Amino acid sequence: MTTTTLAVLVPLLPFLGAVAGLLLSRTAPGFVRPLAVLPTTAALVLAVLVAARQGGGGAVDAVTELTPTGSVPVELALHIDGFAALVAVLVGTVATCVQLYSTGYLRDDPRYASYAALVSLFTSAMFLVVYSGDLMVLLVGWEVMGICSYFLVGHYWETPEARAASLKAFLVTKLGDVPFLIGLLALATEAGSFRITEILGAVASGSLDHPTLIALLLLAGVAGKSAQFPLHTWLPDAMAGPTPVSALIHAATMVAAGVYFVARLLPLFEASRAAMVVLAVMAAVTMAGSALAALAQDDIKRVLAYSTIGQLGYMTGALATGDRGAAVFHLLSHGAFKALLFLAAGVIIHAAGTNSLAAMSRMRNLRDRVPDAYWTMTVALLALAAIPPFSGFFSKESVLGAAEHVATGHTEHAPGAAGWTVLVAGLVTALLTAAYATRLWLLAFRGRGAEAPDHGRQPLVMNAVLWVLAIPSLALGGLAFRLLPDWFDGHDLTPTLTTSVLGTGVALVGGIVTYAAWRHTTALAARTPLGAVAAHPEGDAALVEAEAIASHRPAYGDLASAPDPSDPGRLLLGPVHRHAAAGFHLDAVYTALFVRPVRAGASLVRFLDREVVDTYVRAAGALPRLLGSAVRRAQTGNVQTYVSALLAGTVVLAVAAVLVATGA
Amino acid sequence: MHLAYPAVLSVLLFCTGLYGVLARRNAILVLMSVELMLNAVNLNLVAFDVWLSRAAEERLHSGQALTLFTIAIAAAEIGIGLAIVLAVHRNRGTSDIDKLRDTAEGHEPDGPDTDTPATGTAAEKAEATA
Repeated sequence: MTTTTLAVLVPLLPFLGAVAGLLLSRTAPGFVRPLAVLPTTAALVLAVLVAARQGGGGAVDAVTELTPTGSVPVELALHIDGFAALVAVLVGTVATCVQLYSTGYLRDDPRYASYAALVSLFTSAMFLVVYSGDLMVLLVGWEVMGICSYFLVGHYWETPEARAASLKAFLVTKLGDVPFLIGLLALATEAGSFRITEILGAVASGSLDHPTLIALLLLAGVAGKSAQFPLHTWLPDAMAGPTPVSALIHAATMVAAGVYFVARLLPLFEASRAAMVVLAVMAAVTMAGSALAALAQDDIKRVLAYSTIGQLGYMTGALATGDRGAAVFHLLSHGAFKALLFLAAGVIIHAAGTNSLAAMSRMRNLRDRVPDAYWTMTVALLALAAIPPFSGFFSKESVLGAAEHVATGHTEHAPGAAGWTVLVAGLVTALLTAAYATRLWLLAFRGRGAEAPDHGRQPLVMNAVLWVLAIPSLALGGLAFRLLPDWFDGHDLTPTLTTSVLGTGVALVGGIVTYAAWRHTTALAARTPLGAVAAHPEGDAALVEAEAIASHRPAYGDLASAPDPSDPGRLLLGPVHRHAAAGFHLDAVYTALFVRPVRAGASLVRFLDREVVDTYVRAAGALPRLLGSAVRRAQTGNVQTYVSALLAGTVVLAVAAVLVATGA
Repeated sequence: MHLAYPAVLSVLLFCTGLYGVLARRNAILVLMSVELMLNAVNLNLVAFDVWLSRAAEERLHSGQALTLFTIAIAAAEIGIGLAIVLAVHRNRGTSDIDKLRDTAEGHEPDGPDTDTPATGTAAEKAEATA
């Protein structure tokens, strides 16, 4: 088979698997698991084959036009360069791991069939985004991911948190998608094509009239999809979904799409210095803010969600410095270790029966209950904190190196201000990242107090997936940083000495300070008994998680934080903690800016409908009734009166007829 | 004979009948007035039939045929009408059409005659015949 055929099969197989899974879920429940796992695995194998054949050489392009559209043509186009080939392998790996893990995690879930089909559809949509060479086709995958994330985040729709989170995820990403669509259409109008290759050609020849406007419109969609400030608020709430879904959304699919999109069209963004500066500021605010917020969260998955936002900030920061190789390198390594972090967190939540770090810090020996999750999560957290030689170190250093390269003025394609912004924010974030990674590890695995509940061994498939993902988290960066430049633009991704020493130094400082703070505060833990293990001990993992999410607010009064004085984050952040836990009140700002005006508008419309429009409608009924009761008075019951009226009418008509006939 | 004479007689008869229908209160007299109007029409029909046939425009004498129809229908009508009046009089003790207002707006389902004392009937009958 040709490379093109293989590449077409990659998005097609999970799609067919999803359709078959949905159709057969009732008639043949035994096929649901194979139909969930096998197409995704086959897609992974094919994606690896495509990558091997493409081999980092020239891009594979294939195009077919189904029907002429009359204006700018929409074509089914493939554009597989090194970025697309490698990102597809990442998507396939994570999706396969998630599908395998879900067979254990949602073992007894009654809605497993539709869940697995939606995950397959999600994967297929992401493959489409990755391989597509036509922006309209890319948009199809982009929007399918949006609706799939809505369904998957709302998987536990019995809980109000999940319902609210799924709606929020959908609305916030759509808020970005509207400018995104306008930007795409404007871009296609100016470039005369939706094909990526032709658009890049038009950018290179300088035939775009409004590159800044188009780039900023596209950035709105990217910010929504990739959860960048100010449209990131949906991501922490999306934790109300099942953990494998969080892993899928955060590691490889949904949020990676935005970064990947910018990486594909980077020359377009580079054509506008304003867009690059906006991108850099967006990345810096996102990185620093999300890292602070992550330090204050109590829900283990919300910590990871904020860390995802921060790591995506690194990627957009790398894009703002014009180095898409570094961005996609970080995307790949982050995809591996973030998927591992989420899947391990799922195991921990199941074992501990709670998603609250405050409650976990009051459990002894949690790490002995889940040794696999303990070791793999340690690896992933070290990768997240960018400690050498874990993979996160190399990718993060490539980002910081690119920023330093731009800041010192070695390049002309990106403004120096963007370089400085990204470099400073990146170093601050490295410090904070190490701090919250340390805090997470200490609170989850170094708890003191009652013995952790014993729920028996975790399903084998879940632990196996963790070890599979631990390999790239451990080794991908170190092995790949020399090979990747051949696949990407050829920029050197080797860590530079200055940023390596600086980055690792601040990371170590962050870790040590957090450890010291934890030693200081942990004595307080015994004094304030806290912790609600609300979940069913014997239920399957998904049920435990749903109950844990649902019981967090009743137990602690808040979804994000717990009143725990022994939390080192509280000591480190001081007065900022309260604001950081609430995500710097951005939700409140949105409530004031959007929710309240919309509600007020709705009540105004309600008033207009009830009081104004309905008045006319009621009047239309009341007036004839009034006339009718007036006419009814003529109904005297006296036949002679009627006949008199009849006679009078006849006379009038006769006179009128005569007058008309005579022409008077 | 000139056409004017029967026509004027017919108009007089019709107006008498119309006055009777509109002004009389006794149902029987109203029926008699209706008969007057019908006969005025019959007169008109016959007169114009003769006039038209003399003018040689119409030879079927449809006017006279129609008159026969009208007479027959009038006979049937007066038969049914008198029967109804009789039934109403038996039922309510009066045939004064000013009192028969069951179809008036806001009228109670039970007529006022149910509680009308039988003693009043004679006086009303006298009044009605006046």
